[in-house]
Amino acid sequence: MLKSQLLPGNEACVKGALAAGCRFYAGYPITPASEISEQMSSELPRVGGAFIQMEDEIASMGAIIGASLAGVKSMTATSGPGFSLMQENIGYACMTEVPCVIVDVMRAGPSTGSATQPSQSDVMQARWGTHGDHPMIVLAPSSVSECFSLTVEAFNLSEKYRNPVIVLIDENIIHTKEKITIPSPEEIKIIDRIKPSEPPEWFKAYKDPGTGVPPMPAFGTGYRYHVTGNSHDERGYPTNRPDENELLIKRLFQKISRDSGKLQLADAYYTEDATVNIIAYGTVARASLRAVKEARAKGMKVGLLKLKVLFPFMRQTVEKILSKSSKVLVPEMNMGQISREVKRVNESRCIIETLNKVSYEPITPEEIIKKLEEIYD
Amino acid sequence: MTEERQDFYEYLRDTKKFPSVWCPGCGMGIFVRALISAIDKSGYSQDEIVLVSGIGCSGRATAYLDFCTLHTTHGRALTFSTGLKLANPKLKIITIMGDGDALAIGGNHFIHAARRNMDITAIVINNSIYGMTGGQVSPGTPQGTITTTSPYGNLENPFDICELAKVVGSNFVARSTVFNVYLMEKLISQAIKKKGFSVVEIISQCPVHYGKRSGFKSAVEMLEWQRDNAVMINKSQETGQQDLPPGKFPIGVMVDREAKSYIERLEEFNNKQREKANAL
Repeated sequence: MLKSQLLPGNEACVKGALAAGCRFYAGYPITPASEISEQMSSELPRVGGAFIQMEDEIASMGAIIGASLAGVKSMTATSGPGFSLMQENIGYACMTEVPCVIVDVMRAGPSTGSATQPSQSDVMQARWGTHGDHPMIVLAPSSVSECFSLTVEAFNLSEKYRNPVIVLIDENIIHTKEKITIPSPEEIKIIDRIKPSEPPEWFKAYKDPGTGVPPMPAFGTGYRYHVTGNSHDERGYPTNRPDENELLIKRLFQKISRDSGKLQLADAYYTEDATVNIIAYGTVARASLRAVKEARAKGMKVGLLKLKVLFPFMRQTVEKILSKSSKVLVPEMNMGQISREVKRVNESRCIIETLNKVSYEPITPEEIIKKLEEIYD
Repeated sequence: MTEERQDFYEYLRDTKKFPSVWCPGCGMGIFVRALISAIDKSGYSQDEIVLVSGIGCSGRATAYLDFCTLHTTHGRALTFSTGLKLANPKLKIITIMGDGDALAIGGNHFIHAARRNMDITAIVINNSIYGMTGGQVSPGTPQGTITTTSPYGNLENPFDICELAKVVGSNFVARSTVFNVYLMEKLISQAIKKKGFSVVEIISQCPVHYGKRSGFKSAVEMLEWQRDNAVMINKSQETGQQDLPPGKFPIGVMVDREAKSYIERLEEFNNKQREKANAL
């Protein structure tokens, strides 16, 4: 029988990674993500995996890409400053289509900021932190339970699309203990990268098989191929040909955008008859749900859309809410990052209100109710 | 000779790749020939070896060679190599870097890979300049040298790559020049055979960006300079450059030791764990 446990978010995240098949972890100490490294250093050797503490986050990111190319599912975890250092190699993983998972436990502020206080200010860094045009998948758990399930999902999406996946976790979930029931291994859906079916001599490492996602053999398995961050042709060799450059970048985007319908992971609460809806993610979505329930008790027709995927931004799901709302409130622990995305897809359908808190404290249900009362017609 | 050349074609990618990006007179071609020859004699198959490179002129070598090849980001080649090795310790990892790549932007990764005695063969092609970006001063550039970013002469001291690799714990450290082509091949062969971190520094020439500003009239003159200034040392000798006449530099094996490598320590740990598990 499955037992409920009381776990902090970091343990749920580690358990999710291991359940998904993660067998390599490289990291560098940083508050508030260090516990993930600590647990990985203890757990991975027990399951035949490898752990290494690298000399910095640049190296950690390089190491997980290397491990993934050797055919092993790999992950790193960090916080803002380390996440900044990882950006160069995150872009490399996008360009070379190497699956890997990066957990960013968001701390407050630019620079060192406040290492022990919560924030949601890395949203746009997660999307656009590395240079150049690139697709990105970003997930945002709002509970300990989702720290498990969305870490599994992160590995699955990463393997499926051959793209790095970023899990953005609020500091206040990673250190909060909550009840969680971990599913049995048979209940967990695991996706592994597709391997080539043709013999090595016919293999072209970056040829679109029709899905946009080329099969990926592990290094050392007889398929000899070139991996480069340079613009490359379908064999993986550097190219400057305009047609090949364009084909590559468009394929990188389209391999994910063509599946946008499948990447709509969100929970809607009381949105059916609501005239004012909240769009929130992470811990703020939880404060929002409480606020919605209390506002409903006061007779206000309000609802909540909780986003679990931040990028690719869930236009289809969000548009439905925008179309039937007179106003939408986007509360965030930052100066307004997802609200920019909501405004971008809104195209004047309704009025977008924001609630931005940067005191490095969580947003409370009371603050959200107050704002709802202000904007409610 | 003809026969030998035919053998080597197996190691080159036939499609689309040649001619190479390297300028006439560059040392990279001679190095690649020596590398292939060393690999050919090593007994490793093409599928057992992964060639990793960084960014710069040396970084382009991997695209021409028919192995699993990984052209990484600038300075980070050893971090990717570390991940590859830990994920699949059976792979033989040979990492090719330049002097700027390995020691400026990648300096931290270099010393830590050496400190771990990680099972990687690191080859640093030292042409004393950033060639691909147009001849800027590098951590391999000697004091006083005029480059595009040291137009009044370089004020800094260059790294001694071998001394650095030695003090941070590499199992094998050696230096050759491109001129000493047979030595270069022999040292690469020895390095590939070693467990732990093995480093081969190869003094190479960049006639286009280094030579023309430093008074060398041709690549040949630069090779002659290598011939005239490299001094073969005995591995039992202390390798301090101070013992050599000014301007001369030692070549040969600087360090050859059998300290436990990272993978050896890891395997010992794994065996102990297995014994514990079996005992239960």
